[in-house]
Order: sequence, then structure tokens, then C-alpha cells
Amino acid sequence: MDFALSEEHRLVQQTARDFATREILPVASRLDAEHRFPAEIVRGLAELGLMGVMVPEEYGGAGMDNVAYVLAMEEVARACASTAAILSVNNSLVCDPILRYGTEPQKRRYLPVLASGREIGCYCLTEPQAGSDAASLQTTGRLDGDSWVLNGTKVFVTNAREAWVFIVYARTEPEPGARGISAFIVERDHPGISVGKVERKMGLLASSTCEVLLQDCRVPRDNLLGAPGEGFKVALSTLDGGRIGIAAQAVGIARAALEESVAYARERRQFGRPIAEFQAIQWKIADMATRIDAARLLTLRAAWLRDQGKRCTAEASMAKLFASETAMFAAHQGVQIFGGYGYIKDYPVERYFRDAKITEIYEGTSEIQRLVIARNLLA
Amino acid sequence: MDVVVCVKQVPDTEQPIRVRPDGGGVEEQGLNWILNYYDEHAVEEALRVREKHGGTVTVVCVGPARATEALRTALAMGADEAVHVQDPALDGADHLGVARVLAETIRQLRYDLVLCGRLATDDNASVVGPALAEYLGLPQATAISRLDISDGVAAVEREVEGGVEVLQVPLPAVFTVERTINEPRYPTLPGIMKAKRKEIRTLGLRDLGLEPGQVGAEAARVRYSRFDPPPRREAGRVVTPDSPEEGARLIAQFLQETAKVL
Amino acid sequence: MGSDVWVIADHAGGSPRRITLELLGKGRELADARGGRLVAVALGHPLDGLPRTLGEYGADAVLSVEHPHLRSYSTEAYTEVLSGIVRQRAPWLVMVPSTAWGRDCAPRLAARVGAGVVTDVEALWVQDGRLQARRPMYTRKVMGTVEYVGDGPHLAVVLPKVFAPAERREGRTADVEVVAVQVPEPRTRLVETRSLQRERVSLTEAEVVVSGGRGLRGPENFALLDALAAELGAAVGSSRPPVDSGWVPHDYEIGQTGKTVSPTVYIAVGISGAPQHLAGMSGSKYIVAINKDPNAPIFQVASLGVVGDLFQIVPKLTEEVRRLKAQG
Ligand SMILES: Cc1cc2nc3c(=O)[nH]c(=O)nc-3n(C[C@H](O)[C@H](O)[C@H](O)COP(=O)(O)OP(=O)(O)OC[C@H]3O[C@@H](n4cnc5c(N)ncnc54)[C@H](O)[C@@H]3O)c2cc1C
Ligand SMILES: Cc1cc2nc3c(=O)[nH]c(=O)nc-3n(C[C@H](O)[C@H](O)[C@H](O)COP(=O)(O)OP(=O)(O)OC[C@H]3O[C@@H](n4cnc5c(N)ncnc54)[C@H](O)[C@@H]3O)c2cc1C
Repeated sequence: MDFALSEEHRLVQQTARDFATREILPVASRLDAEHRFPAEIVRGLAELGLMGVMVPEEYGGAGMDNVAYVLAMEEVARACASTAAILSVNNSLVCDPILRYGTEPQKRRYLPVLASGREIGCYCLTEPQAGSDAASLQTTGRLDGDSWVLNGTKVFVTNAREAWVFIVYARTEPEPGARGISAFIVERDHPGISVGKVERKMGLLASSTCEVLLQDCRVPRDNLLGAPGEGFKVALSTLDGGRIGIAAQAVGIARAALEESVAYARERRQFGRPIAEFQAIQWKIADMATRIDAARLLTLRAAWLRDQGKRCTAEASMAKLFASETAMFAAHQGVQIFGGYGYIKDYPVERYFRDAKITEIYEGTSEIQRLVIARNLLA
Repeated sequence: MDVVVCVKQVPDTEQPIRVRPDGGGVEEQGLNWILNYYDEHAVEEALRVREKHGGTVTVVCVGPARATEALRTALAMGADEAVHVQDPALDGADHLGVARVLAETIRQLRYDLVLCGRLATDDNASVVGPALAEYLGLPQATAISRLDISDGVAAVEREVEGGVEVLQVPLPAVFTVERTINEPRYPTLPGIMKAKRKEIRTLGLRDLGLEPGQVGAEAARVRYSRFDPPPRREAGRVVTPDSPEEGARLIAQFLQETAKVL
Repeated sequence: MGSDVWVIADHAGGSPRRITLELLGKGRELADARGGRLVAVALGHPLDGLPRTLGEYGADAVLSVEHPHLRSYSTEAYTEVLSGIVRQRAPWLVMVPSTAWGRDCAPRLAARVGAGVVTDVEALWVQDGRLQARRPMYTRKVMGTVEYVGDGPHLAVVLPKVFAPAERREGRTADVEVVAVQVPEPRTRLVETRSLQRERVSLTEAEVVVSGGRGLRGPENFALLDALAAELGAAVGSSRPPVDSGWVPHDYEIGQTGKTVSPTVYIAVGISGAPQHLAGMSGSKYIVAINKDPNAPIFQVASLGVVGDLFQIVPKLTEEVRRLKAQG
């Protein structure tokens, strides 16, 4: 047993930490306030190799592993959860399935562009009637000559406003449920795809969440990702990795809340002394730190399992469940430690509070994670 | 243009640094060790020299085993080669001892230019650069904020009290760099992967033809005897005045009556 | 080895700079304790009345070294001259001012003559017959005590404003010895010294420093500080963000990656008080802070903290200072 990170993992962590501290942190609250997509930061992340961490070097990626990815995600999320969401979708939900299921020409066409950050991707699974029950999706795909024709509406698609690549899940066979679903790679310029409403959200305000409309959208026959009917398998295996990334995002948000709380508790004086001297505050901080450490260890373990090529569905769910609830807990305690100032936008804990919540919802709600974990034990 | 850069590994000063209860040093447990801030600038400058004039960049570090990571960071930024001098006999060496070791190491390398950081952010000594120049018998300039090389001569600028000096220094020479000289690049992930595959050459004192008695604790002319936390400043009065005028009056009164500078 | 204490003078236009007087003040005390002489060393060309003035500030002897190659500082010429006379005369302690040239020269001189060297010195004393120095380390989160080994010569590079300056007494004289030296042509050539044309007191020597941070919002607002500084006879400095944003040049910067200052009063305006900033100014005797955030960490170290908007308070303060001065 060895809990130490390897030298290259520590370097990745340090580089991500330095970049996040110097380039992201100073602008994070402004990005949030102005609902602005951090285009320049994304370019910077791409230069570091963070837009395609696990993409092999031959496809223009960094050729690193899930452990490197979660270490970097935590650092980015500590500075700005929106940026972390953008990063996570591109890495886990777009590059990863293309790498795992894509044909050689697909990998050559998409991965270098995505890993270099010249373009980003998005992931279109959720529909108005199909959220937690994604297998009930209704978007259809049918073959017409050399093209697939897609029809339907996707919602809550992160990055859609900025994306070039859309991973779209559609029903290609009449069967209901998981079996008849296929995955497609759609480009922004393919006819019939458009971005609809951009949602107004509680948090993650610097990243876009949009409706995606497919109206007789024609994509080349070769843009099927994986085998026909295999789409739900693609979606689920993608989510194993995605959830590990979200767990890391949650750890980052929680750590931000803890760090801000510690600094504030030392400085803020009431009743003639720093509030850090009150046991009530100390206990909050101790609980935050303990849960964060546990969440990080669960996350790293899940990442490590995935790097070993081992099955990690339950472990990824545990990490995501525990880390996201930790983020919510830590942000909640953070606001409390800040008192009235915690409720005011001049201080960042208010943003952490809003950003933390999404980690309990997307890529499977906490209820769904519990379901996955329990199913693993009971099945 | 072959450039040698001396680098040191230091604790990140963003974190709390605590003195050990026995006063014999700082608590090392839990410290985050990083490449010295100014050395990042030195490595960056070396890479820029290489980009402009060709040649190689070699980074050299004297330090314990953990310090390989600082070398690895420099390799990940783009340095070509790395040499790590570690030897238990260097425990307790002073800065002149370290400079001597660096000088003997660098003598074994090809170099037209040697760069160091202006200081290391752990002990802030700024001794090693000029001492190294002395041992190598080379001209020097410290805390330079600009470097231009042509025809074997370096034009450098350094900040002095009230102005900027412009110097012409024949190469080879030793320069220590100020942070304003450049904006260091971040080590990229592909760079980290490449660095991982590079071998770091490790040398001991014997490989350099040095005896512990020449550079180790025995040779040290200064010795740290104690470390203390800094004296606590008493927090004074913090007031929220009713008006800017009142705030101004309070400060002026303080300057006159307490500080007596009016 | 000897028991003399040497002070290498920093001077301009034939007069010693303030730090030289501070070194003479401390040097006097150490020389008396050691039973040696206090020797001032003046290098330059021409030196004019400097040797005599150094005597008036308490030097028992002055070594006066004039040579055209010493007109402006050069590492090679200074090291050559100083190492020659140090070797020849074997002082116990050589005090060097922590100036750009002092920091450039002292380590090289130490390496050449094989002397122990300590930089950033804030205290010097003798304990059990051994010279001790104290210096800040690790962003001033730690104070290190260093002991010099052996009988000397010992080199100490001393920070400005930590020792009280020697008093001038007219009529007090020193033995002035003119030292003839051979100085080779330095390999390094000083092309020019561009002066940063700002009529202001030197930051490290000023009695009062007015310093601005990110709270100033833009370069134009430093005029508010200039106006206040003019009334106070103060120097203007800054935290790092104004430097990084290009509002003020790097020589304004105070802190870990800038200058260390210890004025009588440090007025921090729109500065939060990050540890890296405190590293450069928490040796000040008094700290006054103006900040709109009641929880800003600067208030933890401030002798007087005023919570409020700097844009309203600073102009009023300038007026108030002017008024008090007019009252006499
Ligand atoms: C900001 C944001 C970004 C998003 N980004 C993307 C994206 O990029 N791509 C994408 O495809 N989707 C995305 N989503 C969608 C997200 O994954 C879904 O919102 C999520 O899966 C939940 O689906 P739902 O909203 O339809 O809720 P529902 O499925 O309607 O759930 C409502 C409640 O019922 C509970 N529930 C449902 N089923 C069960 C069950 N069987 N047992 C117990 N409880 C149950 C849920 O846990 C929840 O509490 C995003 C959402 C948001 C808000
Ligand atoms: C390796 C390293 C070295 C560093 N070295 C240095 C160094 O040498 N020197 C240095 O200073 N920093 C240094 N830093 C940076 C340091 O960490 C801080 O970021 C910096 O000191 C913050 O500067 P500031 O206080 O001006 O800005 P901020 O921290 O942004 O604070 C601005 C302050 O202005 C106040 N303010 C804003 N508007 C008003 C108003 N209208 N009226 C009153 N108050 C107002 C705010 O409340 C706030 O407290 C270093 C950092 C690193 C990592």
C-alpha cells in the first residue's frame, strides 16, 4: 500500500494548481457574475494538455491517466467550478467515448482538434422526458442512404453553445429501453442541428447549459459511434469515467470552501478573538476537512481502478455520491462560518454554495448513485 | 549557446511554515516542495536563449533526494538535461559550500552561460550566484531584468537604487535573474511525460573530486543555531469612522502624536 | 585574527548615505565590545570630503581608496580591491550595506577570501565570544539565528533601517589612510545608468512609506498617494498587483519578491495584507492601514486600522496633514 503520488502526478497537480491559482482564481467570480464563457482560460488549459488528458500523444493528447485527470480537475474546480465542468465534459464525455469506441478515422478527425482545445465537445443524452431514466429517450435515428437522420430534442447540454462536436444518443431500433439506442458524432455544421434555449441557472454560470434541437439532422453514415444498438453501453461506460471527474470537481469545490473558511476564521474577530478559537467553528472545519479527505481518497481509488482497466462502476458511483454530498456540506458550512458575509456576493463561498449543488444532480443524481451502488451489492 | 541553470527546491511559501518546538528547524511534515520561484524565471530565460540561439539547457541541483522533483519540473518546462548532486556529507554545508559544489559540477559540463535565480524563497540568501561566479572565475551580474545576447556578449539590465544599470558582459558569465525578466511557461502535461522519460544524472562529492571537509559542515563558515517564529505584532486599534474626515483626522493625529513623524 | 569592525560605505556626491550611518552606529557598538577599531572603507572616484565626514560619524580610521575604475560600482573592481585589503589587514567583521551593489559584491568577496557571509541581517550581537546574526527567512514566517564560525573575517550584509544611525559630531576626526591600489580594467562594462526620473525619497531609507495595492484600481490613482507622500516627505511603494498590472514600475514593489522596508510608519492603502506582502514591511515600527474590508488581514498587524473607502479618506488625510503642518 502506498498513498504517495508518483513524481509525474505531483507535477501535474502542481502545474494545474499554479495555472488555476494564477490564471483562473483571480477572474472566477467575475466570470460567474457576467455569465461569461472563459474562452481564454480554455485555451490556456488546452496548451497545458488538460483538454485531452487521457488522449494518447499520437492523437495530440497528453497521454496521461485518470489519476492525473482527477488531480487536475480538483485544482481547476477549486478555482472555478464552471471551468471544471467545461473541462470535464470535453475529457470524460467526449474524448473518452471517441477514444474507446471510435473508428481510427473518427479518432484522427476529432481527437486532435478536441485535445488541442481548438474546438470543444458536448454530450447530449438527457431529454425533457428522459432524465434519470435515460434509457427512455425518444430522439430517433434512421438510416437514409449514406446518412443518418436524427430527430428529437435534447436538454441541459453543457457546452452546447460553444461546441463543435455533439455526442448524440438516439433510438435507432424500435425496441423500447436500452437496447435500441445508438451513439452518433454530430458536428455543428451538419444540417439540421441547432442550439435552442440557453438555460438560466443557479450556478455554473460561466458554462452554458442548452437545449439542442435535431430536426432532420443529417450526419454521414460513418459518424455512428460504436456499433448500432450499442449506444447505451457507450453512455454508461462513459459515465463511469465522467462520475470520477465530477467527484474530483466536487472535491475541488469543497476544498475551496474549506480553504476560504480557514482563512476567514483566523481573521474574523468576534467577542474579542478570532472566531477560529470557538470550538463550534473548529468542529465545522474538522468535519469539512475529514470528509474532503475521504472524498478525495474515494475519487483517487476509482480513478486508479479505471487506470488498471478494472471495473469501477460502483466505486465511481461511491466517489461521486460522497464527494458531491461533501461539496454541498462544505459549502453549507462555509457560508455559515462566514455568517452574513457568506450570503453576500463579495465573498466566494456564496458561489461555492450555488456551484456545489449541481454535483449532486448531473451525471446521475445522488439517488441514482445509491441505486447503482445498491444494485451492485444486491444483484 | 549552452546554458546551465542552477535550481533549488524550496517549500511553497503559500502554506504555513512552522518552527519546530526545539527551534532546530522548520516542520517539514506536510510541506509542499516546489521549484524555487526565481529559478522558474531562470529556466524560462534559458529556454528563450535556446529558442533564439540554439544549444542546450542543462539544469543542476544540489539537494536531497526529494529535490529530483524540482529538476523534473525544469525538464517538463523544456530543459534538455539534468544533473542532481546529492551527498549526505552536504548536510550542514553553507552557501559557499553549495556554490563550490555547483562550480565543480558545472566545470564538467559545456556552458556559455550560467543562470541562477536572484534568491531562493526559503532562506533568501542570494549568496550562491555571485559565489559561484567567483569559483568559476567568471564575470557576473545579479538580479538582471533583461538579457540580450549577441556576438558572445550579453547586454543586461539590473535594477539599482533609483535607476537601471545597463551592462555589457562578455560570455561566459553567471547571471542571477529578477522576476521581471520574463513570464515563465507552465510545464505542460506532454512536457511532464517527456521529462519522465529523461534520465537525471546523479553525482556525489567523490564524482566531483571534492572532499566533505572542503564543502560540508566542517567547512561551513556560518551555521544556523536557532529558528524562532517572528515576534508577534500586537494588533492595534481598528476603527470604522463615521465619516472620511474623521478617519483622516484619526490617522493624522496618530502620525503626529504616536509616530511623531509630522 | 583582527578585531576591527569595517563598514563599507555607500555614498553619493561625496556624502555617506543613510545606511552607512546606520552601519557606523552598530559598528561602533560592536567594535567597542570587541575591543577593536571602527574602520570605514570608502571606495570611489573622487571621494572629496567623504573620508572626513565618515570620521565625524565616529569611524576611528578611514581607508580611502580612489581609482578611476571605482567611479561607479563594478563587481570585479570592488571585489579585487576589497579582497586585497581584507586579506592584508584581517578585520574581524566587515559590514556591507544591503544595496544592489552590496548584495552583488559581498558573496563574491566572501568566496574569494573564504569568509562566512550572512545577508539580510537585522540584528548582530556577540554571545560566548561568537558573532551572531539574525535574519528573516521563509517569507518572514521564521527568524533564523546564524553563528559565524572561526575568528573572521566575517561578512554581514545589513538591511537598511534596522540600526539607529550614528550621530555626527563636527570636529571628530579619523585617521585617514589613503590606500593605493592597482585595479585591472573590469571585463564588464557599464554602458549607462538610466535613472528612473521620480523625485521621491528612496523607499528603503524613507521615514514614512505610503504604499498602494490593488484597491487603487488604476495607475492614475497613485497620484492620490503621491500627493499624500509629498506632504509627509514620504516614499511611495506598492504591493505586487499594481506592478504586475503595469501601474507602477517593479522598484515600487514591497514584499517577498520586492523590497524589504522598515520605516517608522508604513501606510498601507488598499492592500489586503497577504503574507508575501507582510514579508517586506512587517518590520516597520508603526503600520497604518486603510481598507474598506473590515476583515482584511492587514488589520491584524496594523497599529491603526481605518475601515473605509480610500478614495474618500486619502484626499482628506492629505488636507489634514497639510493643515497640521501649517499649524506647526
Ligand atoms: C447544469 C446542468 C448541466 C447538465 N449537463 C448535461 C449534459 O451535458 N448532458 C446531458 O445529457 N445531461 C446534462 N444534464 C442533465 C442531468 O444529467 C439530469 O438533470 C439528471 O440526470 C437528472 O435528470 P432530471 O433532471 O430529468 O431529473 P429526474 O430524473 O426527473 O429526477 C427528479 C428526482 O427524482 C429522483 N429519481 C428519479 N428516478 C429515481 C429512482 N429510480 N429512484 C429514486 N429517485 C429517483 C431523482 O434523483 C431526482 O431527485 C445537466 C443538468 C444540469 C442541471
Ligand atoms: C511567490 C509569490 C511572491 C509574492 N510576492 C509578493 C510581494 O513581494 N509583494 C506583494 O505585495 N505581493 C506578493 N505576492 C502576492 C500576494 O500573495 C498578494 O496577492 C498581494 O500582496 C495582494 O496585493 P493587494 O493587497 O494589493 O491586493 P488584494 O489582495 O486584491 O487586496 C486589495 C485590497 O484593497 C481593498 N480595497 C479595494 N478597494 C478599496 C477602497 N476603495 N478603499 C479601501 N480599500 C479598498 C480590498 O478590501 C482588499 O483588501 C506574491 C505571491 C507569490 C505567490
